[in-house]
Parts: sequence; structure tokens; C-alpha cells
Amino acid sequence: MTSASEQLFAGTSLNARDRRVEWLVRNLLGLMTALLILPVVIIMTLLVVRGGPVISWEFLTTAPVDGMTAGGIFPALVGTVWLVAVALVASVPVGVAAAVYLSEYAPDNWLTRAINLAIINLAGVPSIVHALFGVGAFVLFFRFGTSILAASLTLAVMTLPVVIVSTREALQAVPRAFREACWNMGATRWQTIRRIVLPNAVSGILTGVILEVSRTSGETAPIMFTGAAFFLPFLPQGVLDQTMAMSLHLFVIATQVPDAPDALPFGVALVLISMVLAMNALSIGFRVYVRGRKKW
Amino acid sequence: MNQALDRSRDFDHRGRAWYLDRAVTVFVFIGGTSAILFIGGIFVFIAREGLGFVFSEFDAGEFFGSIAWRPTSVLDATYGALALIVGTASITGLAMVVSIPFSLAAAIFIGEFARGRVRELLKVLVELLAAIPSVVWGFIGFSIMNSLIIDIFEVPIGLNVLNAGVILGLMAAPIMTTIAEDALKAVPDGYREAAEALGATRWQVIRKVVIPAAKNGLVAAVLLGVGRGFGETMVVLMASGHSINIPDSVFDSVRALTATIAAELGETAVGSDHFRALFTLGILLFLVTFAINLTADTIMRGIRRKGQRANP
Repeated sequence: MTSASEQLFAGTSLNARDRRVEWLVRNLLGLMTALLILPVVIIMTLLVVRGGPVISWEFLTTAPVDGMTAGGIFPALVGTVWLVAVALVASVPVGVAAAVYLSEYAPDNWLTRAINLAIINLAGVPSIVHALFGVGAFVLFFRFGTSILAASLTLAVMTLPVVIVSTREALQAVPRAFREACWNMGATRWQTIRRIVLPNAVSGILTGVILEVSRTSGETAPIMFTGAAFFLPFLPQGVLDQTMAMSLHLFVIATQVPDAPDALPFGVALVLISMVLAMNALSIGFRVYVRGRKKW
Repeated sequence: MNQALDRSRDFDHRGRAWYLDRAVTVFVFIGGTSAILFIGGIFVFIAREGLGFVFSEFDAGEFFGSIAWRPTSVLDATYGALALIVGTASITGLAMVVSIPFSLAAAIFIGEFARGRVRELLKVLVELLAAIPSVVWGFIGFSIMNSLIIDIFEVPIGLNVLNAGVILGLMAAPIMTTIAEDALKAVPDGYREAAEALGATRWQVIRKVVIPAAKNGLVAAVLLGVGRGFGETMVVLMASGHSINIPDSVFDSVRALTATIAAELGETAVGSDHFRALFTLGILLFLVTFAINLTADTIMRGIRRKGQRANP
């Protein structure tokens, strides 16, 4: 080992050639990183430049007219809010419970490993497979039909890993001594979780929930056949109605409505990506703020 | 932890708090196992529709060997998925050619070279890159990349393997970067310090020590990137041209497995052969991504164990 290391490094160290290589590699890697990130900047610029002029208060608050070649996006915006809200109601309790189990209860055994594997696979299964599941399970088997309920449940299953993983991280960041102190006072495990662990982790959990909102509002494939409609002249009245959605609306306007003015899909894309990135920025900002405030 | 608590319970009055505690234990256990329930449910519900087709109409030779995907033909419907498989493979392959060098470079730069604010900023930007919805990427491919490819390469159509592959590469990059960076971070600092003490420059440390030590994690990162690209739907639906074709060059249009389901599911009658054939494609997608994720997870679990040994 020693001799091999000597051959690798000794004597060759900080000579001029190595420094040049070092400088070169460093800048090359930096350049490649910049090139990878550049598209975000370009895409945002393009969307703002080409879609910006379309956006107005009227665009956000009126329905599409003239075969979706004019008018606004109001029903799609409302629909996305519906879908996200119902998905959150379904997935947050289950996700937090799962995270509490994994962080506070689960022994290191085959079942825990299986749960972790299932979480990884839920996150890794293609979105169109989630869509097939949604059709097979919620639309057909449970007879919800194509509805907000079916679409949202599909989204909830798909984004469950986001909630579980971020909540579990938040719970595990609470120091063990906090729990032990509480147990020593005679509290049950649940009392400890409710009074000590969850309050200290709530901001981390919230970060995960915001992230889930961001993920959910951009998904298209899972809702195409489970509850989102190409065009509806009215707003959904309940969870068993179909609805329009921002993501599907962008797909439809861009590919299925050839007469739509060029700027229109850019406007829709700009609104969609602004929603998603705003949620993401909020979640990142929240995380930084929480990290700064932590005293342990 | 368990034992201590079990003993303490013996002294408790089994009052409200105790029963509540039990109830919660059951509740979170159900929540915890729900992930297994869902992943099992996904397989069951897809298999319920898809396996019926596999056992009746399915002809493995045709499915894997023929490019004739003609599910709507009235007289002679054929279900050859070869062109779809090749389409998916070609797009994913090109995406990886684009994505792997850049992702690994970014992971090394962010993990080993960048410091302080620059590093935080780069991590946030990578996260934002990951946040862009797939339908927006698809739209970028459909509108901007399309005309860009037509102008630059002077080809008649810009919706092709190149378009979808580049977009997909950009989409898969953040997950690969993040996981590769985690893998680099998992290499104990003692390794780096030992090499530095021998007089190595930072690049020598990375090349000779960190990358070999993190090799498995980097492989896992690439695998997860492949899985991501393989299963992506909206981008390949919108940017690949969606025409059944065995591509000769990156300028040919192709059609992918995922895009086929997305394009056709809405137009089939529930329970028809066509409907069930689409679920059969779903089974294929499910099994392949399951295998990829399982492999990546096995590799990463091995690393975590090794990391624990090296950092007691």
C-alpha cells in the first residue's frame, strides 16, 4: 500500500505540470456544470420573453374561447388547485404516518427493508404506469370514473415517496436526547412523538409538503386518463367531476390545437412553470431558514 | 430502545394514554406498510388487465420480434413492440450519452471543487432543473428544439431521436448529479486526507482515490438516470416524432413504449385487446424499472454499510 501510494504521488506533487492539469480540470468541470445549468436560464428567458406578453389578469381569470385559440386559462388553474388539494388530503396523512413508523418505530428487519424498497420503486415507476394503475384501480375497479378523485388519488400514490422521504429526514434530524428526556418523564411513545418530535420537525415536514405540491401540479401523464379533460366549459363542482388542468392544457394547446396563436402555449407554460418553481423556491427558502434557526 | 420502553410499560396504568399509544402504533404501522400495499397494488391492477392479454392473444415472437404495432387494424391486428422497444432504447441511450459526462462532471465539481456560496447556489440550480415539469420539457422540444434542429442540421423534421434524447438527458441529469454527489460525499474524508498528506493535488485525489472509492455509487446514479429516462412519457410523446420506425440515425423519428400508452389509452375501449395490450406494455415498463431500481438500491445499500465500517 505504502509503496503503491509513493509511486502514485510522492515527488510528483505540486510541480508546475500538475498544477496546470489541476487548473484545467477544475475549469473544465466548472464549464460542464455551467452548461448543464444553462438550459434552466435559457428556458426561463424564452418563456418570459415569448409568453410574457400573453399574461394578463384577464388571461388568468377567463375561460378559453374559440376552440381554445383565445381567452384565458381560469378553468385549468382552478382544476390544478383541486387536483393538488385532494391529492394532499390523501397523501399527507399516509405519508407522515409512514415516516413516523420508519423513523420512530421500525426495527431493522426485512419488513423495513421491503418498505424502503417499495418507496424507492414507487418513486421510480414511470408516470405512465401510475396512470395505468389509476385507470385500472380508481377509474374502473373502485368505479370513481374519470374524476378529480381518481386523478388525485393516482397523483397521491405517485408523490407519496416525496412526503415520506422528506418527513423521515425531518424526524430523524430531531436529536435522540429530546426523545430520551421525554421518555424518562414517563411519557408514552406517542406522547413523545406528538409533544416533542413532531413540533420540532414540523418545518421540515412542511418543506416536503410544498415540494409535493410542486411535483403534483406539473404532472401530466397520470391525470390524462384518470380525470383531466381536454376542454370543459364549466368549473368542477365536486370530487366526482372531471376537470381541466394546467399541465394537460399545455399539452393540448401545444399539440392538438394547430390554430392556436404561437404565444399562447408559451403563456400557459410560463404560468405553469412559475407555479412550480415558486413552490420549489419557497421550499428551498424555508429549508435554509429552518437550518439557520436550529439551535442543536 | 424497544426493550426499555416495554419494561416501562409494566409500571403504567393502562389508561387512556396507553390505549392511544397502541392505536397510534397500529395506525403508523398501516401507514408504513402502505408503500408495499401500493407498489403491490400497482402490479396487481396492471397485471389484471395485461396478463389476460399475455395468456390469450400474446405471441412473444411477434411482441419482441416484429415492428408491426397495428392494434387498430380490423382484419389483422398485430402487436409487435420491437420498434417501440428500440425507440425507447435509442432515445434513452442518446440521453445517457448526453447526460452521464455532464452529470458526473457537475457532481465532481459541486462535491469536490466548489465551496461555500457557489456550491449552495449550484445545488439549488440543479434542484430547480429537476423541478421543471416534464410537459414543459416536452413543449420545449416540440416548439423550440424542433425548429432549432431543422435550422442547424437542415433536416426536414426536428422531432426525432436527437431532440427527445437531448431533452431527456437534461431531465435525467439532476437525479444523476444529486446521487453521484451523495456517493462522492460518502467517501470518508480520511481517504482524501491520507492522499493529500502524500502530496497529491486535489484532482489526483479525486481521480485516484475518491472516484475509485465511490465507483459503485456512481454506477447506481447512472442506473437511476437510465430508469428515469426509460420511464419518461411526455417528452418522448411530444419531441420524438411518434412514428413507428427503426432509426438509422439520430435524425429519424421514433416511437417509445411510454408514449404509445399515453397516445392510445384514451382511444381504446375498456377491456378490448388493444386496451389490454397497452397494459402489457405497462407490465414490461414496470418490470424493467423495478429491476433497475432494485439493482441501484442493492448497490447503494452495500455502500452505506461500507461507509459505516469506515466511519465508526
